[in-house]
Amino acid sequence: MFSTLLAVLVIAAIVGYFAARNRAYAVAGDKLHGMHSLPSFHGANMAIWVAIPAFLVMCVWAVVSPRVIDGMVLSQYSDAVAGLSTLEVNSFLRDARAIAFGGIASFPNPEREAAAETISALAFANNVIMAAVIVTIAVCGGLFAWGRITYRARARHHVEGALKILLMVCSAVAIMTTIGIVMSLIFESIRFFGKVPFQEFLFGLHWSPQTALRADQVGSSGAFGAIPLFVGTLLITVIAISVAAPVGLLAAIYLSDYAGPKFRAVAKPVLEILAGVPTVVYGFFAALTVAPFFRNTGESMGLTVSSESALAAGVVMGIMIIPFVSSLSDDVINAVPQSLRDGSAGLGATKSETIRKVILPAALPGIVSALLLAVSRAIGETMIVVMAAGLAANLTINPLEAVTTVTVQIVTLLVGDQEFDSAKTLAAFALGLVLFCVTLCLNFVALRVVQKYREQYD
Amino acid sequence: MSKKNENGKSAAESGNGANGDRRIKMSGRKVNVFYGSKQALFDVDLDIRENNVTALIGPSGCGKSTFLRCLNRMNDTIDVCKVTGEIKLDETDIYNSDVDVVELRARVGMVFQKPNPFPKSIFENIAYGPRIHGMARNKAELDETVVNSLKRAGLYEEVKDRLDEPGTGLSGGQQQRLCIARAIAVSPEVILMDEPCSALDPIATAKVEELIDELRENYTIVIVTHSMQQAARVSQRTAFFHLGILVEEGDTDQIFTNPKDERTQDYITGRFG
Ligand SMILES: Nc1ncnc2c1ncn2[C@@H]1O[C@H](COP(=O)(O)OP(=O)(O)OP(=O)(O)O)[C@@H](O)[C@H]1O
Ligand SMILES: [Mg+2]
Repeated sequence: MFSTLLAVLVIAAIVGYFAARNRAYAVAGDKLHGMHSLPSFHGANMAIWVAIPAFLVMCVWAVVSPRVIDGMVLSQYSDAVAGLSTLEVNSFLRDARAIAFGGIASFPNPEREAAAETISALAFANNVIMAAVIVTIAVCGGLFAWGRITYRARARHHVEGALKILLMVCSAVAIMTTIGIVMSLIFESIRFFGKVPFQEFLFGLHWSPQTALRADQVGSSGAFGAIPLFVGTLLITVIAISVAAPVGLLAAIYLSDYAGPKFRAVAKPVLEILAGVPTVVYGFFAALTVAPFFRNTGESMGLTVSSESALAAGVVMGIMIIPFVSSLSDDVINAVPQSLRDGSAGLGATKSETIRKVILPAALPGIVSALLLAVSRAIGETMIVVMAAGLAANLTINPLEAVTTVTVQIVTLLVGDQEFDSAKTLAAFALGLVLFCVTLCLNFVALRVVQKYREQYD
Repeated sequence: MSKKNENGKSAAESGNGANGDRRIKMSGRKVNVFYGSKQALFDVDLDIRENNVTALIGPSGCGKSTFLRCLNRMNDTIDVCKVTGEIKLDETDIYNSDVDVVELRARVGMVFQKPNPFPKSIFENIAYGPRIHGMARNKAELDETVVNSLKRAGLYEEVKDRLDEPGTGLSGGQQQRLCIARAIAVSPEVILMDEPCSALDPIATAKVEELIDELRENYTIVIVTHSMQQAARVSQRTAFFHLGILVEEGDTDQIFTNPKDERTQDYITGRFG
């Protein structure tokens, strides 16, 4: 029904466009030049008036009407649902709808079948009324726009206005989604902190989120001290940055100040390819190649290296963010004006002296912020650590042992069948919130630094 | 300023005038410069005399900056640029393979069109050159070099209380004098200046011009300028370039009062350029 109506609206809008345009040509006669708006604007205006209001009403209708129907069914069968829990009421409605629209009901019974008939009747009536209302609105819109096709009518401005609103709505969608996600993070986290005290989560040293599903289960008290996760994340991030910062930075210096144009032309795209490798590929590279390599090397040196080690995950993550660091640093280093390089060379400085004493100090804020952005990438990275770092929430700073990170734990908390409002599931939201706050701060600081730094040379 | 040449004297004769008999500090012979396949200078022969200000003038794109940049091999930083011919500093050809470019640039310093102080403190800006060349044995010597350079550049009185503040915070004219002080600090023999006043207002320009005139006593100066008045005010020798060719060179007075070449005449009277 919805899609049929939508098709009708689209066709009506197209027809309306051409009709209104022809009408506008007729109105203009042979004085098209003096007309305020070109006929195509009148056409577009018509299409907007035919389609948009009707479409909006249709959307609202589609959202609201099922609820209204549900409400009507429930009030009609209030005896049947009296004393049922929310879950059971939902199951009742779901089955009734399934029977009505030809799905599979889980617990069919006479009451539910009767409700199903009511639902089909209501749904039919609903469709008829909706179609009537929508068509009426479209026709009214069309007539209204038709009446406004005159020689001096400002259809051009009306179309402009409609476009502006469209753009505004799109950006609002993006912003609202972000706000919505953050809000849900916050609210679920608050629920979590209702079950687990705030300070226990932030400062607790023990993480073992298995809560008992049944009271008689063993070994599942549930401990939500997130410090081991924070330490694990920090450890892996530090390893990643100590790989990525020197390599990325030196590569950037080479590319921007030493490499010839031919090498640059090859090296830049290659770095970009490195940035384009899916993280899951890095993940199995870490788990299948790097981790065993470290373990074997470690063993031959008499060290015990667990097969899932922070070192392997950190190193591979470092490799992953090298292109990130180098391309951002390359940008800031290139932003240091050529005149400073010339000035230094003119005083008899060599290239490396110029870089060390003039370019790097000048570019330092930008480089720092590039590193901060890379850190926030590393903290949020999941796939590599899931595959290579392990699940054991060890509180350790030994890079040869297995550690776990915030992101890994979020994944494991939510994978598999879960009760939605258990402390275990809600913990994922709290971890997500922490992650969000940290990366937000890092990005914010980094972007501010970059901005200030940009201004310096403009 | 130099003694005025009498009318009718040839350029060769004027070359023996008051400035013409000074020692030749740098000399270019058959200098050709190519940017890729495009030739920017054609067989330029030009002498730079010691303790003189030599002005390079000519219409835009005629190769003044290109010639200037040959004198301390700044063109080396441009990949496509190729220089042939011979440029001598004292008795050595600076394009010889055994010449150390870094050392050369310490002897032949450069001041750029746009003031380009480093984003460091005023003190550090000046100390930069002496530091990299290891010219000061201790802090006291370094301090002395910095103060002397600032004094010679006529900037000391204005900045003596804020040597720790960033050099980029100075006014445009002060920045340019800071750059001159920075160049002086490494005790060069020759200072090259590419339109040093083009970003400055008339008062700052006057100060820099005054400074150039004073510096002539200790240094050899080559200056590129678009302003005829400036060339006439500060220089003793003038060279006129046109389309990559050195059209005429000689004592400034002679060039401005009695040019030999018609193109020079047209240019200095403002008929083209
Ligand atoms: N880096 C470069 N690459 C290619 N061609 C160049 C380069 N620099 C200068 N040229 C060319 O060489 C010629 C001389 O340039 P140059 O900069 O020496 O002129 P100029 O006399 O200093 O001009 P202006 O008075 O405008 O500064 C010009 O035709 C210019 O296009
Ligand atoms: Mg120039």
